[in-house]
Amino acid sequence: MNEHTGTDVIAAAAEVPPSRFPAGSPRTRSRSRYRLVMALARIGLVVVFVVGWQVGVNTKVIDKFFWGSPSEVWQTLHDWIFVGTSQGSLGRQILVTMEEAVLGFVIGVTLGVVLGIALGRIRVLADLLSPFIKVANSIPRIVLGALFTVAFGFGMQSKVILAVVLVFFGVFFNAFQGTREVDRNLLSNAQLLGASPWRVTREVVLPSAFTWILASLHVSFGFALIGAIVGELLGANEGLGLLIRSSQNNFDMNGVIAGMVLIALIALVAEWLITLLERRLLRWRPPSAVDAARL
Amino acid sequence: MAKAIELVNVTKEFATPDGGTHTAIRDLSLTVESGEFCAVVGPTGCGKSTTLTLVSGLERPTTGEARTFGEPVRGINTSTGFVFQQDAVFPWKTVLDNVAAGPLFRGAGRADATGQARDWLRRVGLAGFENRYPHQLSGGMRKRVALAQTLINEPKILLMDEPFSALDVQTRAIMSTELLTLWDQTKPAVVFVTHDLEEAIALADKVVVITAGPGTVKAEFRVDLPRPRVVQEIRFDPAFVSLYEQIWEALRAEVAEAYARTTSLAGVSA
Repeated sequence: MNEHTGTDVIAAAAEVPPSRFPAGSPRTRSRSRYRLVMALARIGLVVVFVVGWQVGVNTKVIDKFFWGSPSEVWQTLHDWIFVGTSQGSLGRQILVTMEEAVLGFVIGVTLGVVLGIALGRIRVLADLLSPFIKVANSIPRIVLGALFTVAFGFGMQSKVILAVVLVFFGVFFNAFQGTREVDRNLLSNAQLLGASPWRVTREVVLPSAFTWILASLHVSFGFALIGAIVGELLGANEGLGLLIRSSQNNFDMNGVIAGMVLIALIALVAEWLITLLERRLLRWRPPSAVDAARL
Repeated sequence: MAKAIELVNVTKEFATPDGGTHTAIRDLSLTVESGEFCAVVGPTGCGKSTTLTLVSGLERPTTGEARTFGEPVRGINTSTGFVFQQDAVFPWKTVLDNVAAGPLFRGAGRADATGQARDWLRRVGLAGFENRYPHQLSGGMRKRVALAQTLINEPKILLMDEPFSALDVQTRAIMSTELLTLWDQTKPAVVFVTHDLEEAIALADKVVVITAGPGTVKAEFRVDLPRPRVVQEIRFDPAFVSLYEQIWEALRAEVAEAYARTTSLAGVSA
């Protein structure tokens, strides 16, 4: 902390702002206790919900034909894991869906960021393309799924494309807005320091817009997953969406709910990974701002 | 030898949101010699900052011409260094990377650029803070980073837009003295825009008073106080006091005019 040496730092040293609280201070201890209490309270909520559901089923208040029951959902999950599903091993289904979602996510984010920044930086391009983008954005995109399934078949391709379309717009609009909101002083400063337009884009616009882009990534992975699942519901050879679809066709609501549980788990893991990425990329921001940004 | 900066009868108009034009400066002429420290003072909204954007090439004059070293300014003028009023250091770069940015942008190698950056950080008294991010520094320290970031390119012209106005009074005096020390090392021509007359006289060789907007030069005063100066103490010098009185005489009417205008405008809109 106090590593600064040299001859003329007297004034500088007097201005060092207070550092964050050291580990083990009363403040950190009370905060970690708060976290523990929170975690326990959350588990409590889940337990109340699941137990309430089961009691409701047992007392016939809830019709398990329509709503399933926790014990049978658990049984279905157990069978899927240890016996396999009607369409092959569970791991295979998860892998297929994940592959579609991740591919769609990566392609959609890349396209969204590149086009968003390009249009944000190049005025003519924005003026030319903005009506088309508005029209494209107004189409309910799930409907496109029907089109893609017919055009690209029951394989992985149609799901990936649907996921791309779902992810693209959110990321695009955020990247575009982020590019437009870059501090004018920072742009002027970089230019005067000698940066070429490309370097201004790479070293000023991109990091500055990243705050906006990262905010959209949380929602976007959810969209990618929706794209993959909906694609599979509309017609597929394998994947979690198909598993849900075939359970539905057999009036097996436990299967539908078990599928939902798996999807939720995947989404949670992805959310956690994105938060890690965000922490890493936004290291430069004051800690309070980063904490406030995550929910 | 050509003058470092020449503004020849420049007028700058901006389009206002309601479709009209706002004249920031009108028919303004100003020259600054190589190695001269020129302070520009004037009331709020008189277009002081606009003169800087014309010299740096961030804006083009509507009529008239801006020249640096005899050459008309076209596009971004990278022979100038610009210190902004608000923070313009890159918040996502560490202190070291911020200062190294200039040489890197201008094609220097990584090792060379960081070497120079370390040297400049030492000169502004920030050795040991290389790996901090700007948000971890105080306002005064961020200003030092901005100074090092600009001066590392060794600009022949240094433009400063109320650079210390966000700092507290003590830090400001310290920074002003340090600015003079740094300026003395490379001796660029300086245009230092401020609304603080005391600061202007303490720093400059020449003080230019701008009229209430649209701004034009009202008067120029030569400041022949001996250098090196210590900003914190020079204000007690009798020569300083008499200069202050003279320049204030010229500035007072403009400040009153600008103030009357803003208050009557406020009266109309209310």
